[in-house]
Formats: sequence, C-alpha cells, structure tokens
Amino acid sequence: MSDPEPILLPMTELLAIGTQKGLFLATSDDDRQSWQVSSAHFFGQAVYAVAFDTRGPAPRVLAGVDSSHFGPSVVVSDDLGTTWQEPDRAPLAFPSDAGAAVERVWQIVPAGPAEPDVVYAGTQPSALWRSEDGGRTYDLVQGLWDHPHRPQWGAGFGGQAVHTILPHPADPQRILVAMSTGGVYRTSDGGKTWAPANQGIKAYFLPDPWPEFGQCVHKVARDAENPDHYYAQNHHGVYRSTDGGESWQSIADTLPTDFGFAMVAHPSRGGTAWNFPLTSDGERHPVDLTCQVFRTTDAGGTWQPLHDGLPDGPYYPVVLRDAMCADNADPAGVYFGTRAGDVFASRDEGESWSTVASHLPDVLCVRAVQV
Amino acid sequence: MPTLLVPGVLRAESGGESRLDVAADGTLRAVFEEVAQRWPRLERRIRDEQGVLRRYVNVYVDGEDCRRSGGLETPVEAGAEIQVLPSVAGG
Repeated sequence: MSDPEPILLPMTELLAIGTQKGLFLATSDDDRQSWQVSSAHFFGQAVYAVAFDTRGPAPRVLAGVDSSHFGPSVVVSDDLGTTWQEPDRAPLAFPSDAGAAVERVWQIVPAGPAEPDVVYAGTQPSALWRSEDGGRTYDLVQGLWDHPHRPQWGAGFGGQAVHTILPHPADPQRILVAMSTGGVYRTSDGGKTWAPANQGIKAYFLPDPWPEFGQCVHKVARDAENPDHYYAQNHHGVYRSTDGGESWQSIADTLPTDFGFAMVAHPSRGGTAWNFPLTSDGERHPVDLTCQVFRTTDAGGTWQPLHDGLPDGPYYPVVLRDAMCADNADPAGVYFGTRAGDVFASRDEGESWSTVASHLPDVLCVRAVQV
Repeated sequence: MPTLLVPGVLRAESGGESRLDVAADGTLRAVFEEVAQRWPRLERRIRDEQGVLRRYVNVYVDGEDCRRSGGLETPVEAGAEIQVLPSVAGG
C-alpha cells in the first residue's frame, strides 16, 4: 500500500493589530493580497503587546491587555481568538517585597526553540518576566529587577518600561533587553546578572552625552543571519552593533532623519531592516509629511525610501515602536500601523504596499506570521 | 454579612452575579482579602498586587467613598453594602 499523497494546506497569514481600544486579528488566505479583519477583541482595552507563538501544534496568540480602570493582564488563545484564557491569579505580579505593581505589559516574546515553553514579557515599571508554561503565568527575573542601576533608570513619555526583549536564538543564557531612558542591557547567564551595553550610543539630552546607561533606546532588532548583529532606533540616533551589543556605530548617514520609534529586521536575510523616520523629537511626524518606510539591505550603509501604494499627500500620524513588524515568509511581508488607525502591508519586502485596515483606534503594535 | 455590589463590566469575574455575600467584616481590607480568595480575578481588577485600590476604581461603603473614610481601613459592619464603581475616566 502506497503512502497517501501529502495534503498541501494553503498558507494562511495572521496579522495581529493591538490598538488603544482593542485587539484586531486579520487573516489572509491569498498570499497577503486581501485581508479579513475581525471586530475588536477586548474592546476598550489598550493592547501594547501581542505575539504569535508557533512552536506548538497550533499558533498561540498572546496579548497584553490593559484596562485603564482594572489594570493589566496577559491573555492567550489557541484558536485564533475564538476563546481566550486568563488564569485566576494575576499572570504577572510583583512579589510583595518589591514594592511595585505592574502598570502595563509592553512586550511578549517567545524564547528560542531550545525552550519551547518559555516566553518572556517586559513591563512598566522596567522589569523582565519569564514564563515556563507557554506564556500563561510569569515570574519576575530578579537579577534585572535588583540591578543597582534601576533607581537611576528614567521614565520617558511612555513610561519606564522594558520594551525590547531579544533572546539569543542559539544560546538561551543570552538575552538583550532595552528600555527608554535606561538603555540596553545584556545577560549571558540566563538573567542572573546584567550589564549595560550602550557604548557609542549618544544621550544628547544628558549633561554627559556618553553615559554608561540612561540612553533612550526606542527599539532594537536582531539581524537574521548573524545573531550578534543588531540595529537600534534611538531617540535621535540610528545605530548598528556587530559585536553583540558591546559597541554601537551610527548608521544614520543616509537616512533623512535619525528620529523614530520602530526598527524591524528581515526574518531570514542578513543586513536588511526597515524603519519609519520621523522629522525630529520636536516635530513628530513623517519626514516631509510623507507616509514612507525606509529600508536598508546593506546593514545600514544605505537606506532607500519605500512609498509605492502608501497614501499620497500630507500624512501626520506616527508609527510607534512596536507598530511595525515583518512576518516569516519569503519574500518577507512587512506591516505597520499608525496612530490614525491605518494599517498597511507589503508582500514584497516593502517594494509596494496595500491597506489592510483604516480608521481603527491608534495602533500600538502589530505582529504577523505565516502558518 | 456584608454584600459586595459588582458593576456590570466586572460580572464576568463574579460568575455573572451582581451581589456577592462575603463573610468577612470589620474593615474593607478584610472584605477584599476574602474576595481575593473566592473571586481572585474580580479582586485583582479592583486592587493591584500590592493591595492598593486601583486609581480609577471607586468603592463606596454604605454610600460613602472609602477614599474619604479611611481607605481600606474603612469600617465595614455586618450587613454593610459595598459598591464597586468604575470612575468617570478615559478617552
């Protein structure tokens, strides 16, 4: 008896859109040409963090939901939002002796393949959390919380938060985190000890513009081919590290401006990344009032504007730090949402764009995956 | 036995019940400690993990705003009515 013919299931693209007033889940079954966008899940609650975890038998959606009245939580769904699970006890809660309470979940990141049940979360106030049950419940990573620098970490306009978490893909002991007005920190012992990693990143807003920590890092992305290469968008300043974060060099020379929030690396090809430059700290709108993404394919040596299919005419809304992402497809899809509630998608790595949704609430985060 | 009045927006956390009878009395803190044991998801919508009343949640004991009458130490008599209401806030 011969083996049955393999059944080739069509690829489905999942796009999660976290907004100021709910989570929207979009799907595409025609290779990202058209989209079906759900109604709002958790309507009225801000969703600053969302993640897809595709390490298990079914894609899991994890969302950090934040009620302005009733506080933050993390919810998970294994059926693409048909049902949601939330534990009775708070998924993240500071121990009583910490003297702090979780104000907001800013980031949710599944760990690498070596730790299939581990998920990390970053919160405001600045803290890192580790889940060993697939993202349902979390424990405080005490080593970072106890760091002697913590009392000196500042709070930007968005609050003091760990907003970037990059577990090393090959070494679970190595993690890089970043926080606004705190900077980049690294561990190489699984979170027990942490060291700042900001050499070369300028903090123009401090009396000493080259401090050990305190830089206002807005987002860091890891290169797809070399896990020791990073790209960082700062509060003025765009940087690259080729030594695991030990030192940083400017890659802003061919960008029209070095201000912005988002930074996204290509999912599989080294040297490629996207960002969305804004005019300046004092003029937070797209450069030339044009809705345009910039892409580098040479690790920041040069950047090219990408605008085909994006709105013409003056465009004022900004793209926040987690409101841009790439999927895992080839060619890669790139997505971003704006504070005007517009969401755009590119299925050809930014060459051309189409509109996924308009007039949603302010977009806080997007994440996409092809399954 | 005090009664906790649950606002509509939180009734998913109380099994749909609008009124919950609690055994504890003495202080509002004691009431919420019992709520934390019996309806933990409801309690953490009202207080954070340090036991602090959330900023935009108001609690009235027999019609008096607890923030003006001792906070969590507000006396709660047997038979008291404790009303939880989201404050007028948001955008």
